[in-house]
Amino acid sequence: MEPLTCIEAPAAPLLRENIDTDALFPAAWAWDFETDYAAALFANWRYLDGRSIEDPDFVLNRNGYRGARILIAGGNFGCGSSREHAVWALAAFGIRVVIAVSFAEIFRGNAIANGVLPVSLPRASVEALARAARAHPGAPFRVDLVRGSIRDCEGNGVAFAIEAAARERLLAGVDDIDIACARIAAIERFEAARPPGRH
Amino acid sequence: MSGKSLFEKIWEEHAVEELPGGETLLYIDRHLLYELTCAVALRRLREAGRRVRRADRTWAVADHMLSTAPGRGPESFPPAIPYLRALERSSRDAGIPYVGPDDPRQGIVHVVAAETGVVLPGMTVACGDSHTCTLGALGAVAFGIGTGGIEQVLVTQALPVRRPPVMAVQVEGGLASVVCAKDLALYLIGRLGAEGAAGHAVEFMGSAVRALPMEGRFTLCNLAVEFGARFALIAPDEETASWLHAAGVDGAGSTAWPEAACADAHFDARHAFDIDGLAPQITWGTGPAQVCAVTDAVPDPASLGAAQAAAAERALDYMGLRPGQPLRGLPVDDVFIGSCTNGRLSDLRAAAAVVGSRRVAPGVRAWVVPGSRTVARAAQAEGLHEIFLAAGFEWREPGCSLCVAVNGEAVPAGHRAVSTSNRNFEHRQGRGARTHLASPASAAAAAIAGSIADPREF
Ligand code: SF4
Repeated sequence: MEPLTCIEAPAAPLLRENIDTDALFPAAWAWDFETDYAAALFANWRYLDGRSIEDPDFVLNRNGYRGARILIAGGNFGCGSSREHAVWALAAFGIRVVIAVSFAEIFRGNAIANGVLPVSLPRASVEALARAARAHPGAPFRVDLVRGSIRDCEGNGVAFAIEAAARERLLAGVDDIDIACARIAAIERFEAARPPGRH
Repeated sequence: MSGKSLFEKIWEEHAVEELPGGETLLYIDRHLLYELTCAVALRRLREAGRRVRRADRTWAVADHMLSTAPGRGPESFPPAIPYLRALERSSRDAGIPYVGPDDPRQGIVHVVAAETGVVLPGMTVACGDSHTCTLGALGAVAFGIGTGGIEQVLVTQALPVRRPPVMAVQVEGGLASVVCAKDLALYLIGRLGAEGAAGHAVEFMGSAVRALPMEGRFTLCNLAVEFGARFALIAPDEETASWLHAAGVDGAGSTAWPEAACADAHFDARHAFDIDGLAPQITWGTGPAQVCAVTDAVPDPASLGAAQAAAAERALDYMGLRPGQPLRGLPVDDVFIGSCTNGRLSDLRAAAAVVGSRRVAPGVRAWVVPGSRTVARAAQAEGLHEIFLAAGFEWREPGCSLCVAVNGEAVPAGHRAVSTSNRNFEHRQGRGARTHLASPASAAAAAIAGSIADPREF
């Protein structure tokens, strides 16, 4: 996993509530085992036919936002299905930071595990950032995970917080599975100590 | 000092250790696999040369991508073939029990795991599907995980999880006949909102919950994720035991069942509802929280808060509805009775009771997709399939089908569907599909009437 420290890139405003993982990655895109995750992102919104004809009104198809690496959204982002494909689609497109009013829990975990930073901010702050992103399509935002700060394209700064464990994982870019394997001894001890008759 | 909630009791019994980052390393008693999200995890494992550590605690089933066409075979939906092959092969190599498409137990993962005794009260259960909370109805800590989580559990049989605050949702009162757990659950989602229990584990309690038959409890816990809960539990009781007994699950393990929350248990949040007189519920929007009584009219977005209003306007546009329009009488094209929410025997009974000797309205495509082969056999033994077939419903093979539309089956664009599943998101049941979530009785009533209907009038 690629470490994430600081990103300077355009931000795409998509201020909708409850953006679900079916929207992020429509299930039918999984039909192909080797699917194109970058193309699948928001497919039902991005393409007029759901597959390939771009909707010129959708934010990621507009000039300035095609290279977005930051997404700005409303509340309960990533609700619905637990499919990790949703994060893979964001990451494959190039989005490494999602700024939202709130996140659904499973999505949030999936994001951190895949090196995508979920930043929760109060609604007023999110709306202010979205306004700036709309006013200057393609102008870079700066998201600094080391300092916990965002500077929008107009130069306004806002601080954010994220729990230490998630921050460290994102900064180091470690794969969870490697850390997990180091815990097997403790798990074996737990299994051995379990009272009989337990499941 | 206050006592413990049911959730805390089970959690603490499965805590391997507290991790430095504030998470608990939680031991997983049962890990449930199915083809769609697990094939990738299994492949990554193989490529990395890692082994499945506890195949005896792992269990796999084919459900999401299977065609439900009567007489289905692999050729019914070819894109599923590589997924099914990957799951079958990895299961065989690792020694994981696998319930394949032709197995007499086949069905939707959350339905089959309960009726076969794979999951029992007091267990911790993980599965790469957000509706895993369904199984919490047995009194288990059951939750959805992503692909990375699947890999970790396969390799270690444990997972780091942040311990959630626990919310008590107490429901008092009684449900009128025809009004069921689905209506109750939709009502709670509407009242609590899509994020009402975000980040929480929910424990359902109260007289209305105690009075629910086991299958209704599955429906209720299933839908808790739609108000944000990752875990939902109901304390096991006599009803739990007799349902498991009737399913042929060995009750010997019952001595190890966890007890309900202590009377003085501390909850981080509490909600109480009285549901006497509850009307059948139906969704009008593109989220399960956009719901009202079937007798209500489509709300005016302007009457909702600012953020909700924008979402409601967008939803009405997608759904092809106007504020103030009555829901009852809206013409319906498709009806789907099935899913892990409402694909169990009692759901099919409730739908069949509404159908009786009537016929599906002309032009309506109406499907019954049993949640499992076991459900299908029991329904057939009672002759329910004959009621549906005589009425003009299709009686199909078990699977997820139109709940997630990832098996080649879909609601056509622009069609209005009444569905007993759990998500009415934009494009969920098919691109451009307009989904109204409702109970099996309401779905059956819509199929007969050819429009959204109040099942109490049938
Ligand atoms: S029926 Fe629907 S919600 Fe249930 S497991 Fe299948 S896809 Fe998921």
